[in-house]
Amino acid sequence: MVFKKYIIPRFIQYITVLFIGITLVFIIPRLLPSDPVEHQLNRMTAQGQYLDPAAVEEMRETLQELYGLKGGLFQQYINYWKRLFIGNLGPSFTQFPTPVVELIKISLPWTLGLLLVSLMLSWVIGTMLGGIKVSFPNSILAKIMEVLAMGMRPIPYYIMALVLLIIFAFIFPVFPMAGGYSMGAKVGFNLRFILDLFRHAFLPIMSMVVLEIGGWFLQMRNVASNVVEEDYVVYAEASGLPKLKIIFRYIMRNAIIPQITGLALNLGFIFGGALITEIVFSYPGIGTLLYSAILAGDYNLILGINIFSIVGVSTAMLIIDLIYPLLDPRVRYQ
Amino acid sequence: MLRVFKRLFRYDKRFRFGFSILTLFIMIALISLFSPYNMKAWNTVPRDMASSLKYPLGTNSMGQDILWQAMVAIKNSLLLGLIAALISRIIAIVLGLLAGYKGGLFDRIVMTINDSFIIIPLFPVLILIASILRTSLSITVLGIIIGLFGWAWDARLFRSQILSLKEREFTKTAVLSGMKTYKIITSEHLPYIIPLIMAATINNVIWVIGMEVTLSMLGLSNLNTPTIGTMIYWALQYQAIFLEKWNWILTPIISCIVLILALYMLSTSISEYLDPRTRLQMIKGE
Repeated sequence: MVFKKYIIPRFIQYITVLFIGITLVFIIPRLLPSDPVEHQLNRMTAQGQYLDPAAVEEMRETLQELYGLKGGLFQQYINYWKRLFIGNLGPSFTQFPTPVVELIKISLPWTLGLLLVSLMLSWVIGTMLGGIKVSFPNSILAKIMEVLAMGMRPIPYYIMALVLLIIFAFIFPVFPMAGGYSMGAKVGFNLRFILDLFRHAFLPIMSMVVLEIGGWFLQMRNVASNVVEEDYVVYAEASGLPKLKIIFRYIMRNAIIPQITGLALNLGFIFGGALITEIVFSYPGIGTLLYSAILAGDYNLILGINIFSIVGVSTAMLIIDLIYPLLDPRVRYQ
Repeated sequence: MLRVFKRLFRYDKRFRFGFSILTLFIMIALISLFSPYNMKAWNTVPRDMASSLKYPLGTNSMGQDILWQAMVAIKNSLLLGLIAALISRIIAIVLGLLAGYKGGLFDRIVMTINDSFIIIPLFPVLILIASILRTSLSITVLGIIIGLFGWAWDARLFRSQILSLKEREFTKTAVLSGMKTYKIITSEHLPYIIPLIMAATINNVIWVIGMEVTLSMLGLSNLNTPTIGTMIYWALQYQAIFLEKWNWILTPIISCIVLILALYMLSTSISEYLDPRTRLQMIKGE
């Protein structure tokens, strides 16, 4: 029953999103007036190398082949999907002939770590604070937290990261300015290296957590303030259940469901934020890889990261959606 | 409309604050039209001057007056936000209202596309576009591109409002008395959601300004046009943090934060006004 009513529609949605997203990435460069192949050739000639016309022509052919720009539009589109199905995103142009997939694989653990830790911290803290604020609306601490969380929320990721960098890495140099671990540190599974990793990850994670708490807090507060007025909460209070039990088992438990939907919906935005934060702190993840691709004009790498992010984010969302029935009995027993 | 505005201004501190700051920024934007220097040119004034009467915030290493530069930058960033918000508003309102009202297959198709736009991480996609166009990205082109991508959340929001308005008595009365669909939407439903549209628009402007700052910091916009983002870009290029040229790097950062906070206060104030319970508290409390 759940399978037919819930899981199959989710799966269809997943396939549709992938299809639309990946097609978008295919169409955009072809709609825009500037041609990446010409752009690449111009860059090479602008560097002052002398290239004889025959070589340029040959280069153009090779590049078109590489970028999948050969043949008619429809043929290109078919080839594009064929390549994607076998997980081939083509070679990186600046680090030729390393495949793009290889580069993403190296950077992925860093981004994943940053994203998971900050997401979990901000989600748990924001949700808890929201629940506390609704349960004790007049406590001063809750009010201060509210003002802080709300004041931080609208600030763009980039500005927040930059401000933290200036304050905690430059004015008070407690944390390192850049990188994922100290230069020359021995990579290994020992305490010293782990502490070093932690020190480098602290500011990027902080800057994301501080920004994201506000959103979770706000949503939790809004949902929970409706739950508080439900009859069963009033009944629980009247029957003298311990306050903590009411907060956790009755109020939070019921208000947490939209928080999980929110997690799925905001994933794309938060993923973008992680990339931006990485760039500011030169954290060696996908964001920094993307930045190096922009600087080098590595069109294929940018394209590859785009496709990867679309697949990654929508798959993560599908997983959250599939866990959802386990948490919401109403979906389970529909 | 004006009544809502007056009431908010009178009873809500945040609205008052946000509105005053925004007015200040708009005035700055207007004054910047009379800038004595050409802000695209370098070395119009002596380089690296500390702040003085002649250059209130000093000058930067490119020989530009920081105060005037910041004013022009604020104007351009606001303009960009406005262009992008306008375009995404048109798409969001038309699609949201139509999908909500028509329902059926049309609704399902629109919402599928809409959800895809919500799920797809827009930041890498915008980078893809910007890295191809790069130098030809003027304020207008950048605004249009960001606008074309920033409508999905709000279309969903407007649609959900229409879905509930559709079930109300007055809609049925209008339908039974033979009103045309577009007439019902424009004259019966639109007025209801105007405050919501305003709050959503302000949030959208915040997002656009942040996006511009981010794209510029990556060097992906026309770097000769002063905006808040390009100002930060050049300050970082000249190592303003390490050389402790705080007047250069902090001016755009602080104006960006203040502007965004002011806009955010306006939007939360309006959206809380939409919730009758908090509105009651607000009037009682004062």
